Amino acid sequence: METIQGSEPRLPAPDKPYPVTVLGYPAEMIGPTATYAKVSEQVAGIPLKHPNPKFWFIGFTIAFSLFLMLCGAVSYLIYRGVGIWGINIPVAWGFAITNFVWWIGIGHAGTFISAILLLLHQKWRTTINRFTEAMTLFAVMCAGLFPLLHLGRPWVFFWLLPYPDTMSLWPQFRSPLVWDVFAVSTYFLVSLMFWYLGVMPDLATVRDKAKTKWKKIIYGMCCMGWRGSAVHWQRHQTAYLLLGGLATPLVLSVHSVVSFDFSVAQLPGWHSTLFPPYFVAGAIYSGFAMVLNLLIPIRRIYGLQNLITTRTLNNMACVTLATCWMVVYGYIMEAFTAWYSGDPFEKHMMWDRAFGAYGWVFWILMLLNCVIPQLLWSRRVRTHDIALFFVALSANIGMWIERFVIVVQSLHNDFVPSSWAMYIPTKWDWITLFGSIGLFLMLQFLFIRYVPMISISESRELIAQRKEGQL
Amino acid sequence: MKTPDPAPRLDLAAIRARLNGARGQQYWRSLDEISETPEFKEMLQREFPNGASEWDDGVSRRSFLKMAAASLALAGLTACTKQPVREILPYVKQPEELVPGEPLFYATSMPLGGYATGVLAKSREGHPIKVDGNPEHPASRGASSIWMQASILDLYDPDRSQAFTHDGEISTWSDFIAELNEIAREQQTQHGAGLRFLTETITSPTLAAQLDALLKKFPQAKLHQFDAISRDNVREGARVAFGELVETQHRFDKAAVILSLESDFLYTHPQRLRYTRDFTDGRRVSGGKQEMNRLYVIESTPSVTGAMADHRLPLGSGEIEKVARRIASRFGIAANSASDTQDPQLESWVSAVVGDLEKNRGKSIIIAGESQPPMVHALCHLLNDKLGNVGNTLFYTEPAEFRPTNQLESLRELVQEMNSGAVQTLFILGGNPVFSAPVDFDFPAALPKVKRSIYLATDFDETAALCTWHIPQAHYLESWGDGKSFDGTVTLQQPLIEPLYGGKTAFEILGILFRQQPIRDDYENVREYWQSQKPGPDFKTQWRRAVHDGFIAGTALPEKKPGLKTEAITAALNSNKSGGAELELVFRPDPSVWDGRFANNGWLQECARPVTKLTWDNAVLVSPALAQRNQLTTDDVVELEFNGRKLRGPVWVQPGQAENTVALQLGYGRSRVGRVGRGVGFNSYLLRDSQSLWRSAGLKITRLNDRQHLVATQTHHNLHSPERQIYREGSLEEFRSDTQFVKKSLDQPANEDTLYNTDEYKYEGYKWGMSIDLTTCIGCNACLLACNAENNIPVVGKEQVNKNREMYWIRIDTYYKGPLDNPEFSHMPVPCMQCEHAPCELVCPVEATVHDHEGLNLQIYNRCVGTRFCSNNCPYKVRRFNFLWYADYKTPSFKPMYNPDVTVRWRGVMEKCTYCIQRISRARITAEKENRLIREGEIQTACQQACPASAIVFGDLNTPGSKVAALKTNPLDYAMLGELNTRPRTTYLAKLRNPNSEIENKPTASS
Amino acid sequence: MAQIFRKSSNSFARASLVGGFVFFFGFFGIVYAVYRSPYTTDVNVPLAQPAPFSHQHHVGGLGLDCRYCHTSVENSAFAGLPPTETCMTCHSQVWKNAPVLAPVRESLATGLPIAWKRVNLVPDFVFFNHSIHVQKGVGCSTCHGAVDRMPITWRAHSLYMRWCLDCHEAPQKFLRPRDQIFNVEWQAPPDQLARGQKLIAEYHISTNRLEQLRDCSMCHR
Repeated sequence: METIQGSEPRLPAPDKPYPVTVLGYPAEMIGPTATYAKVSEQVAGIPLKHPNPKFWFIGFTIAFSLFLMLCGAVSYLIYRGVGIWGINIPVAWGFAITNFVWWIGIGHAGTFISAILLLLHQKWRTTINRFTEAMTLFAVMCAGLFPLLHLGRPWVFFWLLPYPDTMSLWPQFRSPLVWDVFAVSTYFLVSLMFWYLGVMPDLATVRDKAKTKWKKIIYGMCCMGWRGSAVHWQRHQTAYLLLGGLATPLVLSVHSVVSFDFSVAQLPGWHSTLFPPYFVAGAIYSGFAMVLNLLIPIRRIYGLQNLITTRTLNNMACVTLATCWMVVYGYIMEAFTAWYSGDPFEKHMMWDRAFGAYGWVFWILMLLNCVIPQLLWSRRVRTHDIALFFVALSANIGMWIERFVIVVQSLHNDFVPSSWAMYIPTKWDWITLFGSIGLFLMLQFLFIRYVPMISISESRELIAQRKEGQL
Repeated sequence: MKTPDPAPRLDLAAIRARLNGARGQQYWRSLDEISETPEFKEMLQREFPNGASEWDDGVSRRSFLKMAAASLALAGLTACTKQPVREILPYVKQPEELVPGEPLFYATSMPLGGYATGVLAKSREGHPIKVDGNPEHPASRGASSIWMQASILDLYDPDRSQAFTHDGEISTWSDFIAELNEIAREQQTQHGAGLRFLTETITSPTLAAQLDALLKKFPQAKLHQFDAISRDNVREGARVAFGELVETQHRFDKAAVILSLESDFLYTHPQRLRYTRDFTDGRRVSGGKQEMNRLYVIESTPSVTGAMADHRLPLGSGEIEKVARRIASRFGIAANSASDTQDPQLESWVSAVVGDLEKNRGKSIIIAGESQPPMVHALCHLLNDKLGNVGNTLFYTEPAEFRPTNQLESLRELVQEMNSGAVQTLFILGGNPVFSAPVDFDFPAALPKVKRSIYLATDFDETAALCTWHIPQAHYLESWGDGKSFDGTVTLQQPLIEPLYGGKTAFEILGILFRQQPIRDDYENVREYWQSQKPGPDFKTQWRRAVHDGFIAGTALPEKKPGLKTEAITAALNSNKSGGAELELVFRPDPSVWDGRFANNGWLQECARPVTKLTWDNAVLVSPALAQRNQLTTDDVVELEFNGRKLRGPVWVQPGQAENTVALQLGYGRSRVGRVGRGVGFNSYLLRDSQSLWRSAGLKITRLNDRQHLVATQTHHNLHSPERQIYREGSLEEFRSDTQFVKKSLDQPANEDTLYNTDEYKYEGYKWGMSIDLTTCIGCNACLLACNAENNIPVVGKEQVNKNREMYWIRIDTYYKGPLDNPEFSHMPVPCMQCEHAPCELVCPVEATVHDHEGLNLQIYNRCVGTRFCSNNCPYKVRRFNFLWYADYKTPSFKPMYNPDVTVRWRGVMEKCTYCIQRISRARITAEKENRLIREGEIQTACQQACPASAIVFGDLNTPGSKVAALKTNPLDYAMLGELNTRPRTTYLAKLRNPNSEIENKPTASS
Repeated sequence: MAQIFRKSSNSFARASLVGGFVFFFGFFGIVYAVYRSPYTTDVNVPLAQPAPFSHQHHVGGLGLDCRYCHTSVENSAFAGLPPTETCMTCHSQVWKNAPVLAPVRESLATGLPIAWKRVNLVPDFVFFNHSIHVQKGVGCSTCHGAVDRMPITWRAHSLYMRWCLDCHEAPQKFLRPRDQIFNVEWQAPPDQLARGQKLIAEYHISTNRLEQLRDCSMCHR
């Protein structure tokens, strides 16, 4: 039994054609059938040959129509004002901020997988990193939309940026909202570069395999004249590692900063030192759930089982379960501190959260976020992609509801009872939410249609390592 | 608005049990929320704007108030784009006294219910922008009523009638003059046999003189007066007691014990402002004074006065007479009360009150309300006499009215004559009788039988529609006039602006009937009258002085000593006896729209009614017990049946209501009214007949399977535990035994309790602060309306209020405490606290809310981008946000109304109170120009200026000996939520009650 | 099969890299420039008026005092614009029938005001008070420029907030002795800073007020 760094012990299984792990599921990080040529063919083939066009077109149409709804909602929003939403005094933040936090959270999986797992030499990340990075970018785009839209006067958003204006005024750097601006934009830029750096060699592959002139030209321009020379590779690797190092702290910083939007306020239910780790864990949790939700169907439709192996799914499921428990711990600690503080407002907030007007939402949250994911203890669920898909879905919805509870429920019952009130989403709130999902999916579809969604070069590395019996 | 299925019933018995069993300070806001039951959740659900609301994006019926927004949606940009070329128009001839950019103040007077209140009107560049009380005037003392403050909106109301109409056709002034001459000629021949005048209560000397002369000129003509909110009972009471009509003038500042028999003397009494000032002066505990008056109120439905009571006894309006008789009999008056059923609890209450009155002979007041029958008033006169109050806490005068009569009978007679065809020409000078006359008179049917009916009114209302002639009436800020205040002080009325819509006055119309040549306008008429009164060379100076002051000093009516006809009263006592335990119906003037004349006033419609906190609606007020018995809950639509007449309206379950009393507010459901009042509420006059002007028994109430959503600014949630350091109160005894009891009940960090080395800003210059006295606040909304007028605060309409988006910068929270049937009420005005450690400031990403060097927490509208984080982080929730385009840029007539010193906020920005910073900076500039400091009292915030109770004090904490600085050292002073270490500049003086130890406030099982 | 990209495309690539940067910053540079240019600020742009009133002639030539027409400048927020009557005090005698004065005569006849175009204009949310500035030693020409050299009046300064703050942050740079307030030709003496400091004391501007001059509430309400 030989092991290598980053992989689990592999035991020969007499009854199976391939070795298995201790737990008995395929130890392969990449299917035995995969060869250099086959991988390039398979992956680069998707953008070039565009298989399963029906699936793609139907999916894209749905996503696109949702996106158009978003455009409509946004135009009306600019025209009438944020009053078209259900927000009020005291609940001045509603769906917009909920969605923002949710999307940012989803945007965490990508960099976590590509950066942190890269530095940890987790090889199983190889076949999914490209995809998740792309997902991260799109999620952050959706997220970035909401802080702008939720402004009363979005057209002066640039006042949040430090620039020499005719009023000689600057943003207020004590405000977490300003930190957001920097955190999110930095995160987006770094993820973008990271992703693009990774995709360049594969774009070159596509360029070389492309048949028509225009495809050659376009992909050629996109890969910035990549020739795959040794120097290219050497520099590419260095840059990739450096960016990985650069992105790693961001994974933790971004959502910590986002959590400050709440914990800096002195509102019961927001004002908590627990928030940063709690939010980051939740972010990775929902992020992985979203990756599973997207990958599992695509894996089937494009027949990528040999690249994205059951083992990969299993590992992702394990990460999801782990982060799930971090979040659960968060919930427990919230309740505990509320009780332990003895503060009447905190205590009431906690009571109201569970048994107040929004209690039912809270219990749904508990079910989706804490109970259902426990199925992942079972190996059969972890290795059964459809089951896994639904567990991930419940986690995703659960995490959105969690943001909703934190934002709305805390606000609707704060200090002075006379101003307590309910928040009711209007149709525009809903349209904006689903519209943003539409935008996200639309970008996803464009991505899988035009860009190799699995890192060809890195997959080939895996194959190489296997050839050398390292894997 | 309807929700499909009726909500489940509340278990009120359980609630009552819980509350009676409750220990300690148990506050609660309304039925639903104290019952933490599924129904409670249900009710919370129905706070949702309404059934269909999930799909309502807030474009409302009243969206005219803000659709203007659409066209200007991006106007916020003007801050950062090329400015358009604007024009600037100088005068051709500049008026002497006018300095552009500086305000001018004129003393004038506002008539309401016939009585005049002296006001100071503020004018900028020739247009009035604010009305406040005239500090010199005895009926105002500088205080305002909500109606005074809101009258400025009426002036600019685009829905006021703007044209003469004749038989529905647009006509002209000259045509009308011709008609008048025609009438004069016609009536000349028949000595005015067919000539009638119907007016509201008249106190104007000029008008009185004119009418006198007319009635001489046309001997057979008749004058009728009618006010829907009539004081007939008061008059008749006096007639019974003294055999003549006398007015009672109370001195509440001298009274130690006050017993009100359903008299709302703080709110609906003609002398409300003066009485409030006196009453609260007698209640304020400060500067070592540890005495305060004690107020007993017996009433059927909670009123502003009732909410102030130390002991409030909810009792059917009809049963109050019994209590009066009981009390009387205790003072040895043969009040024929033996036969009444004995109710031990009631008995103990009564004997406690009697004991108190005994102890305070000559220092007590017993006052009965307009709604009580003459007999009760007579008894009050008798009792006051027995207690030796006459001459001490009250005295009698002639009525200030012109020809005081029994207005109901007067109207009855008129209607009979109209039906008999005896009336050929009827002048209706204001009052809208078609809407407000008793329904059994059927005035609308009688009116068309009159050949010529001429109606002078500010609006084209229900009456105008049925009259042959309608003449637009000039607003009181547009015309000359005069009147008397309740105490008889002659008060002059001068215009600040030409009639916007060519309105006319009664003087002109009546003048023409004299065949005046040339026709004299209001000014000439009024001036001539006074010239005739005060002939002589120095008239000019006297006149100038009077116009300048706004009133003629020393014209208050002299004290009168009418003989009390005791045996007449006792005789009457033996006869008729009202009352009865069955379901009774009572009518009340609405706290906002009064008798309906203010129905088109958005400010008044939107301000939360005292006690109920309802906006944009009236309701069928029922007691919790009745609701339980008839399975009613708030928002249920019920059908009221009375004397064969039916009326539908939504129910509002009102704690503190007498069990068998159903209360209706008048003045809603106007059929002919402007855009604002249209479709608001239901018309209670449809049940109000001449027999039951105020109260009547034998009402039937049936629940219909229908619901109508009533909107209140605060409908729910109690003050939970005293741990929430929000409201503080105690009894006078507690205070006497330990003046520090409030401080002890708080747990606030001392400013030094911090681990940081905070080099706090020292505030060496001015240091503005405010103190609000919860003991004297009567919750009358005057501050709220004043703030509204001063700061250009928009009206948002019912739907938006329903979404909790009302814009008022100062709100009045009312908390209930104690038993469901008879709770104690606590008012708490909440403006921005101007925290020194303002939580809002550090979360604003663009520094749109920052501190200035005088400690004000500023809101810079033009910098605000609208993240709303500040509001989320404000523990007091005093910030208001322009969710949609609320400010009315569209209606041209409103533009001159806005206060030019205050930015009109556009869509998407946060706004809030900043202690009327425009007034501060005006004063600062004035002071700087004179190289001095701002003097104590030089700045008054709008709310402070308006407050009739002087509960709000504002000033500089650094000025030694300033009033506010002194109040901050008062042992009762405490900071709301001080534990959060926000260090608010606005603090409160805890509420003190003065309960009678012999009564413990239990729910009185009234019959 | 021929190469898709010729060798030159390498230099294209490099050029586009540079170009990208240039464009990015160039764009904002241009916006910035336009925003401060007379096109936006109207500085030094003469504004056509219904009647061609010349400050150059009336102030420079005839030496009229500012307050002769702008009467309320010393005691009101608004400096005041002369009513038609003021014009006619002289022009009923001189230039009786001058065609250029037709609008003025017409205004007096019809009683309709002359619709002047605003030269100096701040947004509605800025509350500027002339009287206090004049009282505390800020001269007319400090903001309005040398009107005595303006045949047609134009805006002398951008009136941007930054520009206001120049003075509110350091009044001593601009204050003048009381007798020089209405002297439109006044120039700051070389030792202005020292004099300014003295003047601050003379005008009783306390340190509190000096600090306060930068409060938002000074101008925005």
